[in-house]
Amino acid sequence: MADQPLLELRDVEAAYGNIKALKGISLCVYPGEIVSIIGANGAGKSTTLMTICGIVRATAGEILYQGRPIQDKAADRLPQTGLCQVPEGRRIFPRLSVRENLEMGAFFRRDKDDIKRDLDHVLELFPVLAERTKQEGGTLSGGEQQMLAIGRALMGRPKMLLLDEPSLGLAPLIVKRIFEIVAQINEQDGTTILLVEQNANIALSAASRGYVMETGRVTMEDATDRLRDNPEIRKAYLGE
Amino acid sequence: MTRGSKRFWLTWALALVWFFVLLWPLLGLKDGQVTFAAAFEVWLWVAGTSFVLLSAWRLNKAGAFTAVTGPLGRVKARLDSAALRVPTPVWLVILAAGALIYPQFTGRYAQDVAINVLVYVCLGLGLNIVIGLCGLLDLGYIAFYGVGAYTYALLSVHYAVPFWLSLPVCALFAAVAGCIIGYPTLRMRGDYLAIVTLGFGEIVRIVLNNWMGLTNGPNGILGIHPPGAYVPSLADGFTLEHIWLRSLTPLYYVILGLTVVTIIGVHRLNFSRIGRAWESIREDETAAELMGVNTFNLKLLAYAMGAVFGGLAGAFFAARMRFVSPESFTFMESAMVLSMVVLGGMGSIPGVILGALALVALPEVFREFELYRMLAFGGAMTAMMVFRPKGLWPAKRFGSRSEEKD
Repeated sequence: MADQPLLELRDVEAAYGNIKALKGISLCVYPGEIVSIIGANGAGKSTTLMTICGIVRATAGEILYQGRPIQDKAADRLPQTGLCQVPEGRRIFPRLSVRENLEMGAFFRRDKDDIKRDLDHVLELFPVLAERTKQEGGTLSGGEQQMLAIGRALMGRPKMLLLDEPSLGLAPLIVKRIFEIVAQINEQDGTTILLVEQNANIALSAASRGYVMETGRVTMEDATDRLRDNPEIRKAYLGE
Repeated sequence: MTRGSKRFWLTWALALVWFFVLLWPLLGLKDGQVTFAAAFEVWLWVAGTSFVLLSAWRLNKAGAFTAVTGPLGRVKARLDSAALRVPTPVWLVILAAGALIYPQFTGRYAQDVAINVLVYVCLGLGLNIVIGLCGLLDLGYIAFYGVGAYTYALLSVHYAVPFWLSLPVCALFAAVAGCIIGYPTLRMRGDYLAIVTLGFGEIVRIVLNNWMGLTNGPNGILGIHPPGAYVPSLADGFTLEHIWLRSLTPLYYVILGLTVVTIIGVHRLNFSRIGRAWESIREDETAAELMGVNTFNLKLLAYAMGAVFGGLAGAFFAARMRFVSPESFTFMESAMVLSMVVLGGMGSIPGVILGALALVALPEVFREFELYRMLAFGGAMTAMMVFRPKGLWPAKRFGSRSEEKD
């Protein structure tokens, strides 16, 4: 494992008004890893990702990316450092075409030729999207929208990809396909991935390390094969 | 009669009863006397017309007129495809030529209406940036029109600054006003933003109304200079003679020029990187931020750009009327401009132009029915939302963008 973590959270706290959503989160992601965060509804998983991206402001603690603190950086400055998120619920731009959606992912980039190349690469990765580049994003099916959201994030050439519930509301076969692509992105491009999932089963099999969150705290941290053998996890998250 | 049609006519009958209940107090109470005859007559006309129209519509849906509509539809399709084959520049040239020779064939009244339409086209296009592209509901847009108008009025009356030099100043002042209003309000989203902009629009009007020292309050400002121009004169040698453009024909050309500038400006913005960013903000603000769009600055820019075009239109308004007063900048005006954008099609330049035409020119055509204008207006809006919810000429989303041509 590499020496320095790509992303590190140290006792990060965040709140929505008076409601504390994160009560001191610490986690590390090393370059090239797939790490997953599992937990029930309202555990603070999505908030963690939104706080990393600066959409929700951290009220305490430190977020280090590539060794530098980013908790005070403006959210729109982060994609150009290679930190991209696929938000929960996909959040594609429904009335922009598939192609425009993908181009928005490269909005901060100015290198036109490389953008074109990346666009072809993404369309190769998702042949479904290649057939529908001129269709409005909102007319795609759930699975296609998820692929579009991932493709859009890839257009930013991420070093670190934050994936929020890619399996949400999708059929098992499509979930399987999406996780294959996630693994492929990780292997071929060396993209580090932090994955948030409610579907603990698939999250733990995709990742090498996992964190378990409960009500705004990290309660457990281990390699995923050990987490899967943990009787408590099996009972609480794997439904056994 | 099927069950569906029974329900249809029942709804129609109920709607008519309701319509009578609304209509009767309007027409039946006169000078303390209660009559039914007047209301009943109008009501009967409406009932009869709607019956005929609805029957025809239903028969058409059932396919009773295929013998007629079939060939007609084919002719229309052929005409459409022929129209599509004519390249856009040709259409634009035809349109421009039509607009240029328009004053040669029309009288004062028609020119006056045309000038009004063009002023509203400018305003509509400006508001279109804020609402159609960036998705921010602005109910106080007319404030920028007012800022532009008063800026030129004051510059002209106190410092005798010529119209053409004042234009950039008016645009700048309007943009600054846009930023001042935008900075505190743009943290809000949706309905809240609408309410706050409504408030700001009123604040501007009330300030204009009460700042006696600067704006002369409700009495307004008189004696504003019209636009000037230099024309070559051959009286004694070749000299340039300064004239005031007071009559309607030159004023028509001035506003036509301003409108063309506005159309080109809005079109360029629409298809630029900034335009794309605005659209992404309209679609999903958080997602746009995650893509590296500086949402706050871009929203502020949308406000400022919208205000610039409003300010330019305002400067022209002041120069044309040679008088400004706060009465011209009421909420009704904001609502009118907003209606044009919505009616024409949000985000669509030809749509906004059509919307302005429909809302300014059509009421002029039907002057005899002036009393019923608001009634017809409401009815037309309702019908529009039912039959063409995306506007008269909806924004064409695909096919015209430069990067999709490759």
